[in-house]
Amino acid sequence: MNNIKKSWWKWLAIALVAYTIVGGLLLEVPRLVILNESVRNLYFHVTMWFGMIILLTTSMIYSIKYLSSQDQRFDIKAVEFANIGILFGMLGLVTGMLWATYTWGEPWSGDPKQNSSAIALLIYMAYLVLRNSLEDEQQKARISAVYNIFAFAAMIPLLFILPRMADSSLHPGNGGNPGFNYYDLDNKLRIVFYPAVIGWTLLGLWVATLRVRIKEISLKLINER
Amino acid sequence: MVLNEIRSLFYKELMLEWRQKYAINGILLYTFSTIFICYLSFNIKNTGISHLTWNALFWIIMLFSATSAIAKSFVQENQNRMLYYYTLVSPQGIILSKIIYNLLLMWILSLLAIGVYSMVLGYPIQDHGLFFINLLLGSLGLSTTLTMISGIASKAGNNGILMAILSFPVIIPVILMVIKISKNAIDGIARSESMDEIITLCAINIIVGTLAYLLFPYLWRS
Repeated sequence: MNNIKKSWWKWLAIALVAYTIVGGLLLEVPRLVILNESVRNLYFHVTMWFGMIILLTTSMIYSIKYLSSQDQRFDIKAVEFANIGILFGMLGLVTGMLWATYTWGEPWSGDPKQNSSAIALLIYMAYLVLRNSLEDEQQKARISAVYNIFAFAAMIPLLFILPRMADSSLHPGNGGNPGFNYYDLDNKLRIVFYPAVIGWTLLGLWVATLRVRIKEISLKLINER
Repeated sequence: MVLNEIRSLFYKELMLEWRQKYAINGILLYTFSTIFICYLSFNIKNTGISHLTWNALFWIIMLFSATSAIAKSFVQENQNRMLYYYTLVSPQGIILSKIIYNLLLMWILSLLAIGVYSMVLGYPIQDHGLFFINLLLGSLGLSTTLTMISGIASKAGNNGILMAILSFPVIIPVILMVIKISKNAIDGIARSESMDEIITLCAINIIVGTLAYLLFPYLWRS
């Protein structure tokens, strides 16, 4: 009983993701020009970006916590959340490219948001390379935490300000295109979209906590030896 | 207190540079030979280049020169001297003095570079004031970001590749803004059109500077 109480959010994640897949593919969607049925990708592509931003923000917060407490557990959390954030980012990029192939005509059309997100992934891969290049555990944790915070701040204008300033963008909400409300106006989309965001993010959180636990156990084993 | 530290550390940087001139001469020669290679490989005499290429090329050259110029700002300090500073001055003093010194270096470098660059590749700019303000602001962005990254890279064994992969994605917002403003300066359109970009560039500079000031003490403490 105690187990179920503690892991309620995991059940919620399963239920919401299952609902997203079933409901997202079967429920009725509004007819839109060009987008047609591909608008269902909203539940898989846009939610990946929401999940990525939430996970990377969490990673940054753990880095700040690490710097103020020097507790190694926070460092493990920071890196694992960043890992899952990168995975979500890659999935977002792939689903976006698939979507773009059928709506914009080519997988990579030089859209400012596409470019920015590719750069954001470069930043976080550099973070992982930086971690690998350091030997000492404490130094690794501290220096990569500094870079994580620094890079996150540099990423914010990249993802949220520059695309909105661009002259031309194919994404909704940028460069004179109608905003996100264009989709959201429709309640049929909304009843799947919001649960989908929560579901995918919880799933990411779940994977991250599993990885954190594996890391903590292996760290304990190393220390005992 | 911190101001005094910054002043004396800044003079120390200048003195060091003046006594061993090879570093500054090396970086000047690096920039000039890159410009000359671009000049030769584009075959300018016969074909010429568009304003778009002129602009992008100049800022790419500046980016690479800045990366190699600033990468050395923590290398020349060996471990023992670092320990000596640690007992004497605050980390804020160190990072601010390095940023100011690198800013001066970048200003001199970019002014000399634009001189040589425009000599061989032409000078298509219409709004000179905007272009030079942009040059100064861009140098500020480059020096702040790269000084901080060079501090990080120096802790991690200090190889050139790490410096490049850590700094390039982080510097992209600055470079994009700078390229846009200087394109406006080349076309000579009304300055009010570039106001958004200038404000964003200043905001990025302020954010990065503040973060460098706040985070460097943690980097320093090892």
